[in-house]
Formats: sequence, structure tokens, C-alpha cells
Amino acid sequence: METNLCVAGFGGQGVMTLGKFLASATCDSTDKNVTFFPSYGAEQRGGTANCYVVISDEMIGAPLGDTMDDLIVMNGPSLKKFIGTLKPGGRLFINSSIVKDKIERTDVEIVEAPVTELALEMGNAKVLNVIMLGVYVGYTEVIAPEIVWGTVEHKLSSKPKLLPLNKAAFDKGLEIGRQFKEKNGKN
Amino acid sequence: MAELLYSRTKTIQEDKVSGFCPGCMHSSIMKLIGEVIDELGIVDKTAAVLGIGCCGLQMDYMAYDNITAPHGRACAVATGMKRANPDTIYYTYQGDGDLASIGLAETMSAANRGENFTVIFVNNGIYGMTGGQLAPTTLFGMKASTAPKGRIAEEHGYPMHVCETLDQLTAPYYLARTSCNTPANVMKTKQAIKKAFEYQMAGKGFSLVEIVTSCPTNWGLDSLKALDFLEENMLKEYPLGVVRDKGMEEK
Amino acid sequence: MARTFMKGSEAVAEAAVRAGCRFFAGYPITPQNEVPEYFSRRLPEVGGNFVQGESEVASINMVYGAASAGVRAMTSSSSPGIALKSEGISYCASARIPIVYTNFARGGPGVGSIQPAQMDYFEATKAAGNGGFQMMVLAPSTVQEAVDLTVKAFELADRDRNPVHILADGVIATMMEPVELPEMMSEEEVQKIRESKKNWACVGHKLDYANRAWIQPGQWQTTVMQKCNEEAAALYESWKKNDVMVEEYMVEDAEIILTAYGISGRIAKSSVDILRKKGIKVGLIRPITLNPFPTEAFEKLDYSKVKAILDVEMSIPAQYATDVEAVVRRRCPVEKCLCSGGNVMSREAVLEAVMKLAGQEA
Repeated sequence: METNLCVAGFGGQGVMTLGKFLASATCDSTDKNVTFFPSYGAEQRGGTANCYVVISDEMIGAPLGDTMDDLIVMNGPSLKKFIGTLKPGGRLFINSSIVKDKIERTDVEIVEAPVTELALEMGNAKVLNVIMLGVYVGYTEVIAPEIVWGTVEHKLSSKPKLLPLNKAAFDKGLEIGRQFKEKNGKN
Repeated sequence: MAELLYSRTKTIQEDKVSGFCPGCMHSSIMKLIGEVIDELGIVDKTAAVLGIGCCGLQMDYMAYDNITAPHGRACAVATGMKRANPDTIYYTYQGDGDLASIGLAETMSAANRGENFTVIFVNNGIYGMTGGQLAPTTLFGMKASTAPKGRIAEEHGYPMHVCETLDQLTAPYYLARTSCNTPANVMKTKQAIKKAFEYQMAGKGFSLVEIVTSCPTNWGLDSLKALDFLEENMLKEYPLGVVRDKGMEEK
Repeated sequence: MARTFMKGSEAVAEAAVRAGCRFFAGYPITPQNEVPEYFSRRLPEVGGNFVQGESEVASINMVYGAASAGVRAMTSSSSPGIALKSEGISYCASARIPIVYTNFARGGPGVGSIQPAQMDYFEATKAAGNGGFQMMVLAPSTVQEAVDLTVKAFELADRDRNPVHILADGVIATMMEPVELPEMMSEEEVQKIRESKKNWACVGHKLDYANRAWIQPGQWQTTVMQKCNEEAAALYESWKKNDVMVEEYMVEDAEIILTAYGISGRIAKSSVDILRKKGIKVGLIRPITLNPFPTEAFEKLDYSKVKAILDVEMSIPAQYATDVEAVVRRRCPVEKCLCSGGNVMSREAVLEAVMKLAGQEA
């Protein structure tokens, strides 16, 4: 079993951090193989940023597949750029706060979460990636939510003040992910 | 009973014959460095980083540790050596082409970092070993094998003043220009080398002694006429003296 | 042992420190900036030295200096920067100074692209500088292998008194993967290694012409120069017997042999797994040492069974393939699956190429 995930968005949306949290959690708490591969533009700021996470029970070949099982898009340009790489039956996670395009594909599962708005409601725009991480984990259960949260908690251990906010953000995401799972008729 | 007034420095291997041209000052400078090493009692913890060109000819005669650096890179090599092994006294020995042309970046950067080693910079205004090509320090009116009409400002720019250029940096501790054209200047050169070594031993940082010399062979002059040329032309362009001595400023 | 999730560039740097490396000089170039950044934090903690050189040229020469003073020293760069280092590398090879350097290769030629590529095979294995010298060239395909080979590189460099080159690529530099790091070498061991080099290192010696440290990246006398080159050639020859490292995967009954190194090697390996499930008899020869070349792995193939060899390589034109062709000597066709320009080798493309060779539809 191998899961190929691509996370894409603007630089500054925490796209890399989202991927790293997920990949680190897999490394720390499971026996699975896992890779994280970032892809940056040459720009230091702005532009698009995306990363690839592969989680597998077997040896991982390329740290990025040609086609994706899962795709998280945090902005409009990323949707356009990567929607074609999603496998039939793949899972598409959308930041519906800013991605307003109509999804032409009918052969994929769609999970929409307005993570930019939710983050602002929680009082910190930066936690949009942690909400999305929660959505992804809640929906896919690719690894257990407690493990993922444990890693986030560990990574933020030097900034304990941020923990309650991030915990709330992660839980909010989990809730949305689980709701969609039910809605999309999955177990 | 006879009193010992002078003995040859043991840092130069006795059975080796110098390959320097008649009238060349490399051999004098090599001897001065050897005497300084003797006097400071540091022969067992000194190593030379030799540049490429006539500078490197001495590797076969010197009796103590040495390494040859790629052309221009002596200051980088010495940086690595000194940082890795701070207890040893390292000096680079470089000509004008090596230090001021191909190695200018390495020289400036090591000086700017205040690396704790000594640079002996031999400036004769021309490439020696390769056969008299234009150097950054070539004077106006001096013909070179790659500048048959001599240095022309519009084409080649102006003679480069290394000590004064390095004096623009904050870090260097000691910068001096000397020559070996007279007995008095030879003694001053030795004193400058000794001071630079002492500063290194005290951990003071970057020091450079520029020694203005002749190159009779490539200047196309005999040894004595070369000395006259040096005095009348080289020393006018490159005035002797201590350009910076933080040790004196601190006193 | 615990797994740590690390970026390749940082894992290599940490492995080097644990292997006793106490000097690093480097210059910024994408995609390996985390290497100097990591060393700049880490080396002062262990009493080592980090210098950001004013150029790649200066950096390699600092490493030449530090290693000549008896310390385990290293530099790192990416393709255009490696080309600049060739001067100092050649000096180290000529003077027989043990250094380790990594190339996290990117696209080329020229400034090329900042994305991963395998365009420096010839440079690494044939002409890393002037003068026809050789080095052992190690090609990791995973972050773990990069760590293990870094430790090995320092051992080999000291054993042979010769530079050792790790040819990786931008994927290995930037990807993160679980790794098991080696034990930290004790300070006593670090000092012991340093002591063992004291007789030839430029650290100062008792005045004695015959026994001074004399580090010579060249010779005045032609007879001596020739002797040095003959000794070096004998060393290079000995690697072929003793030091070949190669992974042979499902080769025994294979009718199609994939061959690839580095990142392409692991992509090819995962392709073998997929293709075997489809019943296609395919195997992999993955050199871990590019020099010495794993000639024997190709020599012992049964060419009455092998239909074709497929070179999988992120270089156009192909480079590694020419060495493969030279050993195979037309006993079977050597086909190529290539990409270049910054894209990582596509597994789909590998699968398709094999299916085509096997006479099946993808």
C-alpha cells in the first residue's frame, strides 16, 4: 500500500510544514517508509510552493509519483496546475475560502474546507495549514490522528503558548474531515 | 677562543643550490624568514604555504614543512590550515601575479576575516617564472611580454597598491612595505617579518609584509641596474613604510 | 536504533561530523545550501571549524589546507560549483590529500537548472580536474545510503590518502527520509586519527630536511612525477579488485536488466517490483561505486537469456550508459530511458520503456 500526496499553495501558506508534520509523524510513530520532497520556485517569497509526501509499506522509489492518490490545494493556481495529476478515484482537498473554481472532474472525491476563514475566525491566519492537516488526517486516516497531533505538539514544544490554538485548529480540521467522510459515504 | 658571530640559518638545506636568478631577492627573503624562525625558536612548528611561480622554487631548499597552493589560493589554503591547526605558525609566500591578480579574492577575503596568519608578498612588478608578462603591479614604462608597449592606463589600468588597498579593511593587524635593495632596508624587512610572525604568535590576526624587489631577468637589466631601477621607479610608486600597525596604535 | 526524519543534505552533514569531520568550507549554491548551514551550526559544538569561503575555488582550497594539516575535512556543492572546485580537487589528488566532497547535482550545462539531474557523471568518474587522476565515486540512492557512504568516504579517503567523491543529486539533498545515524565518533578517536597523520601533515616538525612535511601537488623531476602517477594508477587499479559496491536485484532469471545509479536507481528498483508482479522477468544492476565501475555485475550476465539492458538516467545525452555499453560489448542491446532538464525520472516512463522491450502493451 502506497499513498502519494501532493500539497500545493502559495509560499507562506505553510504548505511545506503541513507535509513535514505528516511525514515526520509517520517516521516517528510507525514502521512505514516515508519521504518528503519539497519543490520550490527560485523566488524567496511568493510564487507557488508544493511538496510531495509518499507513505508506503514497501520500499519507496521516487519521492514523488507521476500521479497522485491525494491532492491538497490551498489556492487557485495550484488547483489548475495539479488537478490533472490526481488519479481517478483520488481525493481532492480544497481550501474553499479562496479556491472558487468549479471542479470539472467527477471521478474524484472532493473535500472542501474554508481553512483561511476558519483560521481567521480562530484569530490566527497562520493555522490554516494545521486545520487542513486535520481535515486530511480525519478524512483519510492514513495515520492515526493522535500520532499526527503528537508530532505537531513535539515540533511546537518550544512555543507552548501556541499549543492550545493549534490543538483547536487540528481538532476543527479533524471534525470537518470526518464529516466529509460520512457524507462521501466512506468508512 | 673564537667567538661565533654569524652562522647560516639551518632552515635552508645546506647541500641544495638555489635556482634563483642572479640578483633575485627571493633568496635574501628566504634567508631572512629563516633567521626570524631561528630567532623565534619556532622551526618545529612553522609551515610555509607557497604560491605558484618563482615563489615555489624554494620548496626544495627549505628544510621545514611546506605545501604548495594552487595559483592565487595560498590565503585560502592557509585559512584552512590555521583554522584546523591553530598551534602552528603559517605564512604564505606569494608573488604579485599570484597574490594581486589571480588570488585577489582570496587575499582580500582572508585579510577581511582577519585570519591569523602572515603573508609575505614579494612585489617585483612582473610575472617571473612564466616570462615577464604584465602584472597588476607593473609600472608605467615597464615593458612586459604581454604589453610590448608597456603599461597603458586606458588598456591595463594602473599599478595596484596592495598594502593601501588592504588598509581600507578593518581587520588587518599589520601591513608594511619594505625592500631588500640596501643593507638598511634588508634589516627593516627582517624586522617587519619578525613583527608579523610575533603578532601571529600572539593571535593578533592578519599581517602582510610587502617586499618590493627586482627581477633583473624579466626587467632586462643587470643586477646593479635593476637596483637603480627599483630605487628610482618602483619605490616611487610603492613607497616604503608601515601602512598599519595596530600593535603600535594599541600602545 | 531510532529513526530520525532528516533532509538528505543535513543528514550527510551530521554523518560527516559523527565520522570525525572537523572542518568544512563551502559556498552557497542551490540545492545544497542546508549543508553549509548545518555545518555552521554543528561544527562549533564539537570544536570544529566552519568557513563560508569567498568562492567555491577558495572553499576547496581551504579544505585542501585543513586536510593537509591533518584534519578530516569536507566540502560540498552542486554542479557549477563543483566545476569550480576542480582546481583544488586536482591538487588534493596530486598531493594525495584525503578529502571528501559531495556534489548534489543539478541540471546543466552552464547555470543549467536548480532542479535535480545526473549530468555530472563524466566529470565525476573521468575528469574531475586536470591531470587524469581518479577518485572513488560513491552514488547514494537514499538518504540512509548517503549517510552510510559519507562515513565510508572518510575511511576510504584516509586509507588511500586520496579524495573521495560522493555524487548525489538534488533529490537526495532536499528530500526528507527516515535515517539511522551512525554513532558519534569519540573525541579520543578523532584525535587518534589526527595523530596518525602527523608524520606527513604540515603541522611543523623537528628540523630535518628528509623528514619534513612536504606536500607536493606536483613534481619538478619528470622521473618522480611519473613514479607518483604510477603509484596512483596502481591504487586506482586496486579498487577494481577490492572496492566495488553494487546492488544486484532480481538479476538471476531476468530477461531485461535495468541499470541506474543514485535517485534513478531507486526509481528503477521500485519499477522492478511493479513489473515482477506483472510477471515480467526484470532485474536491476545499481552501481553504488561509479568508480570503480561494477564491471563484474555485467560480465556474469547470461547474455543468451538477457534480451536487453535499459539504462535509466537523468542525463541527455546519456553518460553512464556509455560505460555500460563498453562492458556489455554489444552482447545485447543497451536501450535508454532518459530525462533531463530538472524533472525527476518518471516511474511511468520506466515502466513503459520496459513493457515496450518486453513486447507488451503498457
